Amino acid sequence: MKPRIEVVAIDCLMVRLFEVIAEANMPWMLAATQRLRQGFGAALVDLVPSYTTLMVHYDLTVLNPAQARELIGQALTDLQPQARGSGHCHVLPVWYDLSVGPELSLLSRRSGLAVDEVIRRHSAHEYQVFALGFAPGFAFMGLVDESLATPRLNTPRKRVAAGSVGIAERQTAAYPVVSPGGWNLIGRTPTQLFDRDRDGYSLMQPGDTVRFEAVDHAEFIKLGGDDTPLEAQA
Amino acid sequence: MSRLIIEASTPLCLLQDTGRFGVRHLGVTQGGALDWVSMSWANWLLDNALDAPVVEITLGGFTVQAEEYCLLALAGADLGAYIDERAISPGRSFILQKGQRLRFTQPFSGARAYLAAPGGFDAPQVLGSCATVVREELGGLDGFGKPLAQGGRLAYSGGGGAMKVLSTPSLPAKAPLDVIIGAQIGQFSGQSLFDAFNTAWTLDSRADRMGMRLLGTPLEYQGPSLISEGIPLGAIQVPPDGQPIVLLNDRQTIGGYPRLGALTPLALARLAQCLPGEKVRLAPVVQETAHRQHVDFLQRFTAA
Repeated sequence: MKPRIEVVAIDCLMVRLFEVIAEANMPWMLAATQRLRQGFGAALVDLVPSYTTLMVHYDLTVLNPAQARELIGQALTDLQPQARGSGHCHVLPVWYDLSVGPELSLLSRRSGLAVDEVIRRHSAHEYQVFALGFAPGFAFMGLVDESLATPRLNTPRKRVAAGSVGIAERQTAAYPVVSPGGWNLIGRTPTQLFDRDRDGYSLMQPGDTVRFEAVDHAEFIKLGGDDTPLEAQA
Repeated sequence: MSRLIIEASTPLCLLQDTGRFGVRHLGVTQGGALDWVSMSWANWLLDNALDAPVVEITLGGFTVQAEEYCLLALAGADLGAYIDERAISPGRSFILQKGQRLRFTQPFSGARAYLAAPGGFDAPQVLGSCATVVREELGGLDGFGKPLAQGGRLAYSGGGGAMKVLSTPSLPAKAPLDVIIGAQIGQFSGQSLFDAFNTAWTLDSRADRMGMRLLGTPLEYQGPSLISEGIPLGAIQVPPDGQPIVLLNDRQTIGGYPRLGALTPLALARLAQCLPGEKVRLAPVVQETAHRQHVDFLQRFTAA
């Protein structure tokens, strides 16, 4: 583990830990995050994790670039991967249905699997949260079973309902709020993913794990889900 | 405790401060005033904290009427501002008597004006900031990211402040935009590196608080495709069409396009005052030099 440190802006350095996306990266990413937060303390403005990198944004009135590099070097000396299970494991109920997940049929056709088997495979795996981005609380998770990997829609939808669960290539995610989006939609969760009044704001944090659990329509409604079909919202 | 009633506004008139920090790992964008230098001067004129909540007025179309005596300050662009029928130039604090109107007509010089009040305008702190981000429904007067609108009220609670005038011009000086060279610079073609720093770039009309597109000779990236990673403020990303986009305060937090580098904060303040169609030039600078220049520049707010 020899991270590279790259210049990205006047007060930002990129710590590059890996070259490829892998679930095995996460214990290292989490350990590095914790060390960097401790090492920089109040001089840290933001730490933005992504699949293979951590962007360190520091207070340029406190540190110069050389000092920031030095701190990163110190923080990552003798880095050890964090023990598994240090992140939260969330269970997201999902109503998998064509009315809210129109690409279920596309995935079934592409994979040659029955719709029920598509659902089973999507909900069988415990996914890693690699990064949050695109919108507040939008978690990029993976890796989806290879048989379900599907490229993004050619033309993104102008409006995707809040709670929509989608697949893009080997990643899966749920939309926290109504937004445009190009992911293949397969269902909807009633769970609120971003809440400004919740401690920590976002349900999912980088390094957490997520399991999807298929629920029927009645349960989805009972949990507060909105079953307005996607087309009705377009 | 209303002080000003908004009589006219546009979707580009927004309550801002320096933005949200400590939440970018949750996908929350930074937000904040695009021309932080002018915001700082507007606040400086009233002895405020330099990042106190201000109104960012882009291009004009904004009118307020005082419901009682108000002390205010204006910095940044000259947007043809009038107190009733009397023109007022930016770079000063001033009094608006009860019943008087302050109105911004159209841009004469620069694009964004900043209006400050003693102690900053009152606004709820949402995730640590009042910065308005319409897309994320965060900040602003109501806390849910709405732009300032007709009928809204701007209030302030601070009592201090004096009549002051800036001795230096309100707008940041025109100059090439300094770019801190990023790690991917070596993966652009040699010709593209020459073109990037030796030709003029025209600001596209496709510009908003997320980013501004630069039109010119397309830049050619020859490296491998990238995995999404954190995007710093001012990053110059180059999508496959080769037309660079400068990413601004409301940018997405991560992205996977190659980057030439990132503008310095001072260059960003200059860019924020440019209008579509204007030409800009880019100049390379290394991180250490830019850092020293920036720290020197910040002295102006304490020494002025």
